[in-house]
Amino acid sequence: MAEETVDVLIIGAGASGAAMAWSLAETKMHIVCLEQGGLMNPLAYPSTGRDWEARQQSDFNSNPNVRGLKTDYPINEDESCIKVANFNGVGGGTVLYAGHFPRFHPSDFRTKSLDGVGDDWPIDYNQIAPYYAENEKMTGVAGMNGDPAYPSDNAQRLPPLPLGESGKVLAKGFNALGYHWWPSDTAIITEDYDGRAGCINLGACGAGCAQGAKGSADVTYWPHAQRAGVDLRTRCRVREITVGEDGMATGAHYVTGDGQEKEIKAHVVIVACNGIGTPRLLLNSKSPQHPDGLANSSGLVGKNLMFHPYAWIQGMFEEVTDGFAGPHKLMRSQEFYETDESRGYKRGYTLEIQRGMPPVRTAHTGLKHGRIPWGEGHHDAFRKMFNHCTGMVAVCEDLPEEHNRVTIDPVLKDSDGIPAPKISYTLSENSKRMLQHGVDRATEILKAGGATDVYSEWPIPYGGWHLMGTARMGTDPARSVVNEWGRAHDCRNLFIIDGSIFVTSAGVNPTNTIQALALYVADQMKQRLANATLFD
Amino acid sequence: MTREAPANGHLLNETEWHTLRALADVIVPPSGKYGIPGAGDEAIAKTIVKDANYGDKLARLIAALDTLNAMAQGVHGAEFALLHDDQRQAVAFTFREEQPAAATLAEQLVTQCYYRDDRVVTSLGMELRPPMPDGYKVDQGDWSLLEQVQKRQPFHRPAG
Repeated sequence: MAEETVDVLIIGAGASGAAMAWSLAETKMHIVCLEQGGLMNPLAYPSTGRDWEARQQSDFNSNPNVRGLKTDYPINEDESCIKVANFNGVGGGTVLYAGHFPRFHPSDFRTKSLDGVGDDWPIDYNQIAPYYAENEKMTGVAGMNGDPAYPSDNAQRLPPLPLGESGKVLAKGFNALGYHWWPSDTAIITEDYDGRAGCINLGACGAGCAQGAKGSADVTYWPHAQRAGVDLRTRCRVREITVGEDGMATGAHYVTGDGQEKEIKAHVVIVACNGIGTPRLLLNSKSPQHPDGLANSSGLVGKNLMFHPYAWIQGMFEEVTDGFAGPHKLMRSQEFYETDESRGYKRGYTLEIQRGMPPVRTAHTGLKHGRIPWGEGHHDAFRKMFNHCTGMVAVCEDLPEEHNRVTIDPVLKDSDGIPAPKISYTLSENSKRMLQHGVDRATEILKAGGATDVYSEWPIPYGGWHLMGTARMGTDPARSVVNEWGRAHDCRNLFIIDGSIFVTSAGVNPTNTIQALALYVADQMKQRLANATLFD
Repeated sequence: MTREAPANGHLLNETEWHTLRALADVIVPPSGKYGIPGAGDEAIAKTIVKDANYGDKLARLIAALDTLNAMAQGVHGAEFALLHDDQRQAVAFTFREEQPAAATLAEQLVTQCYYRDDRVVTSLGMELRPPMPDGYKVDQGDWSLLEQVQKRQPFHRPAG
């Protein structure tokens, strides 16, 4: 087991690890990032082959248990109605995400004060706003200024994604009902930007962007971070974070792709493994100093797991829509984002507009929802549906509940013998009412836009894209895992920067906030490095 | 768990292979109207078997085919592939009703291969190419539709 000592060890090269690595690089410290997956090769992405849809059911499936790659770890999901979507590789989940990139609202940081649910964050929107802007600049975000659902901002946006035919019918529906909609902030560059080529409407965003137009962290932050000297090491899976007698982190034990057990020493350890992987690693890092898992004196590591429960609503139209061509996240509506208790629930949701579907997905959807039969009538029904659909999802705010949690499965292990996580999750009544409200409103919108048939599903079972809350941020060590700038209460040289530290989930996609928080924590660290108070 | 391909290249035995092709044709039959084969076409069925050989799908598919055959034997005393069309369809629909997970796996594998076959893709008016590198054109659409929303006063909620 070879040893080396570095200044900073980052575990995980996904959205937050990448942003942190880039930001800290200017310090010229020796920074190493260990990533269990590999470096992505866009030339091998599914959209380069005719079998691109089929590969979304195998090696590019969003669920790690279906994908089953050696770089993945299994997850026991038997006790969860929502299954995890993630990706293990440089870029992490952003390799597969659709790129919807909204900010949180100011109210999202104050749910307890405003609505009596969840908890308030120890930071607010105004503290994070500059980091949103920095992150959007690094990533390249298409959109349009002036959305009345948001405070005015200082974002630098590229031209919006095309509305196309799908946008036209949906906008008519929203307008007929007087509902808000706006071109989405999407991490897809609509023109050449930062050495990357603009979007060419491949329509396969969810399986890696072969064009490099989608702002996955492997093409945004990592090239800059590596050029600035960060040492990114792939196929290195961390088994546990090690600690000294004083309880401080000393580094990590990890396993290389060819099975070698190694140790690395570090003065600072930063965990960036997402809302499932981070509690898994902390709970697997037990020691006499941290007998219940690292940084877990509160008992909250793994608890308060939040997804965004999704409802999916689609309509069939006489008109030809865009089909699958083009990025999916063209518009959003936040008409129902803020609390209105007359609706029967607290907090709210974003309606995230999708475009159409490619042929295989059309068939799967039609069969699943009884719109395409087996046998006689299959072909006519398929042609009625293909290129004639569009719709939306309701991204619902999930409130923190301690019984929704990540634990260590007593039996299941990954290919390196490291104990695997188990998730236990149920939908709250608040979520169920919100999901039904989303389905009802979306159905009205689709019909107002001219849909002749509307069908829906909630929750989307394989919709656990957003993994949050399992190592929450706060000022009270008894009620949180990290402090208001990401440092573990129990371990003064351990930082957590992924979605685990979210206090609440908001009703929007979290990646912009995850990365903005990572940049914020990085700045906090740099300030304290400068005045030698980082470990105080 | 993937199955090692035997020397003849088949991952299914004879009965499984014929059962798969017969079931695939029930799910997506040939169409004279559109001039396209059914999903039981030999080339498409080979693709189905190839795609199934990932993770535990092949084992689950074989189990589904065995179940289907057992149902056919139980009702008609013959293998599924040897039944008359109407008998086969009736057994297949019962299978779909009683074994929804197995039926869903079968229909997903069948359609993910059927809808990328050259003959089928051509009949849908699509080009025979992957999305990359040429991409597609999407019209900008009618941005005047946004004017109604742009006139709206800000309605975001203050954080207190």
